[in-house]
Amino acid sequence: MLAFFVRRLVQAALVMLIISVIAFSIQDNLGDPLREMVGQSVSEAERQALREEMGLNDPFLIQYWRFLKKAVQGDLGTSYFFKRPAVDVILDKLPATLELVFGASLIIILFSVPIGVFAAIYPKHWFSKLAMGVSIVGISIPVFLTAILSIYIFSVELNWLPSFGRGETVEIFGGWTTGFLTRDGLVHLILPCIALSSIMLPLFIRLIRAEMLEVLESEYVKFAWAKGLSPNRVWFLHALKNTLLPVITVGGVQIGTLIAYTILTETVFQWPGMGFLFLEAVNRVDTPLIIAYLIVVGLIFVITNTVVDLIYGLVNPMVKLARPQGGDD
Amino acid sequence: MSLLEVKNLEVRFAMRKEELVALRDVSFKVEKGERLGIVGESGAGKSVAAFSILNLISKPGYISAGEIIFEGQDLTKLSPQQMSQIRGNRISMVFQDPMMTLNPVLTIGTQMTEALHAHQDISKEDAKQRAIETLAQVHIPSAATRFDQYPHELSGGMRQRVVIAIALITKPPLIIADEPTTALDVTIQAEIMDLMMELCRTSEVGLILITHDLGVISQMTQRAIVMYAGRIVEEGDTKDIINDAYHPYTHGLMDALPQKTTPGQRLNQIKGVMPALSSIPDGCAFNPRCPLVADICRTTIPDYSNIGSTRVACHKAAPRGS
Ligand SMILES: Nc1ncnc2c1ncn2[C@@H]1O[C@H](COP(=O)(O)OP(=O)(O)OP(=O)(O)O)[C@@H](O)[C@H]1O
Ligand SMILES: [Mg+2]
Repeated sequence: MLAFFVRRLVQAALVMLIISVIAFSIQDNLGDPLREMVGQSVSEAERQALREEMGLNDPFLIQYWRFLKKAVQGDLGTSYFFKRPAVDVILDKLPATLELVFGASLIIILFSVPIGVFAAIYPKHWFSKLAMGVSIVGISIPVFLTAILSIYIFSVELNWLPSFGRGETVEIFGGWTTGFLTRDGLVHLILPCIALSSIMLPLFIRLIRAEMLEVLESEYVKFAWAKGLSPNRVWFLHALKNTLLPVITVGGVQIGTLIAYTILTETVFQWPGMGFLFLEAVNRVDTPLIIAYLIVVGLIFVITNTVVDLIYGLVNPMVKLARPQGGDD
Repeated sequence: MSLLEVKNLEVRFAMRKEELVALRDVSFKVEKGERLGIVGESGAGKSVAAFSILNLISKPGYISAGEIIFEGQDLTKLSPQQMSQIRGNRISMVFQDPMMTLNPVLTIGTQMTEALHAHQDISKEDAKQRAIETLAQVHIPSAATRFDQYPHELSGGMRQRVVIAIALITKPPLIIADEPTTALDVTIQAEIMDLMMELCRTSEVGLILITHDLGVISQMTQRAIVMYAGRIVEEGDTKDIINDAYHPYTHGLMDALPQKTTPGQRLNQIKGVMPALSSIPDGCAFNPRCPLVADICRTTIPDYSNIGSTRVACHKAAPRGS
């Protein structure tokens, strides 16, 4: 288990290194950082001097090495627009985005597992057929359309739910603001979370159903029936555990995709998160902020994947392959 | 009263276009502590027959006629709850491939004790005790360690011993084993067969043993059934089936045994193949492959006739060589 853990950590570090190279190389392609900093009024000679002083004329690798050294200390440069460390600007918005992703994941898990499992156990039931039909439609509707439609129905027409911002939040620890603890905050979370979960939910329902159908046909499930176990034990222990193994892996990757989709969702709902901030940063060519966003998101992605892999390792006994295989015959 | 009496069993598969008959008019008995073998080529219906006893036929199969009387009650009339009290409790099964039979994510111990908990009011400690005893009974070394291991930590032969232990743990009067050694190495096959033989003898457990191998049948069983295309074509005491069979299909199976072939020569396989369920020929299903075929064989399904201990369905039934 320790070897597995170490291997996974090394992998994660490698991935982060690659992300940092990519993020750093974007810098040169996003226009001249000097112009952003000093404006047009400075003479060409002064510019050159400044360039030399800032090390912008150094070879790529040396510049990257400098960037990396600062980056591991949590310094990703200063946002041109906010005039504050880019990491701080991003981290201010991190809770809003993570709570959105968390809410959407919660919706996905709470609905996809029961619906997918039900549809596999009772494939001919009208509800299963309905769920499969709706999920096909759901996959093909883009997130922004779901978002706008839900705003139109629940905010504009019915006036049940707010469609704008986070509502009332409270600070819990270390500057983390949460909307989960106030009624207003929760109400504000509903529509954005539903919109964000809308493509992934049908995907997971279908995935879980397909996996479960396959597992139900397996010999070991047949053998479990032959032992005279209760249907609940066969379905929810023997079959479900094996169904969820591949789903956990896919789920880890999809959380990353979910973060990518927050850019869209946050824009539609004016959600004050990292995605919204990122779009603004792109508009303002705020390079340090863009790079900081990419690296923070990359880090979240790598962390979730590593955690998911570790969970997978805990659930799946076959991952502990460090021990030699038995063979006594 | 027999332990098990299957009467005129018919099993169908409700396919989209048509109903396929997988078993027709299958009748046989198993006495208490008796070992019965079922042979036949692939597709003969051996597995369907075995699984239909516990109503575990895979979809879209169902029992369309007949009775399965076990310990005096007709299993075809039981509710699902009543049926699950028979499964794994009064009748256990051993499947073909031990690599697939055990659940990869549950420990050996869990998979053993759950069978006990499903059928008996037994404490966790007692169940564990019973499981370890049963593992020792099937000659698994360091049984207590195995209890906490996962299937992938055991070799194929060991896993089949575990499966047999699971089948035995509730002390059922009947075990159905569907080709329990086909997936194993040849050297381990004999060990597993010896083990099953020993266990059935010492505990007076009845056994239905399905196999391709007439050699195994002759070593293991007291009575034998030969199946072809969903029908029993010959049934009798094992020694009579082996030595004095009447059906040309049984003769064909005997001739195909490697021991009957001169070394270096090809095996004397029966020409042709078992028909698919959708294209079973009229008359005797075996007629296109039969060396003794006559006109009547192509039109009329042969009835059973009794000759000594044997029951045979063949218009041309005759002992070997005549
Ligand atoms: N689920 C199913 N749907 C349709 N046909 C089936 C199904 N299961 C079995 N059959 C058919 O029933 C017939 C008997 O199959 P069965 O599995 O009992 O053969 P078998 O004698 O056990 O063969 P083998 O030695 O290969 O295990 C075959 O023709 C097979 O194609
Ligand atoms: Mg079979």
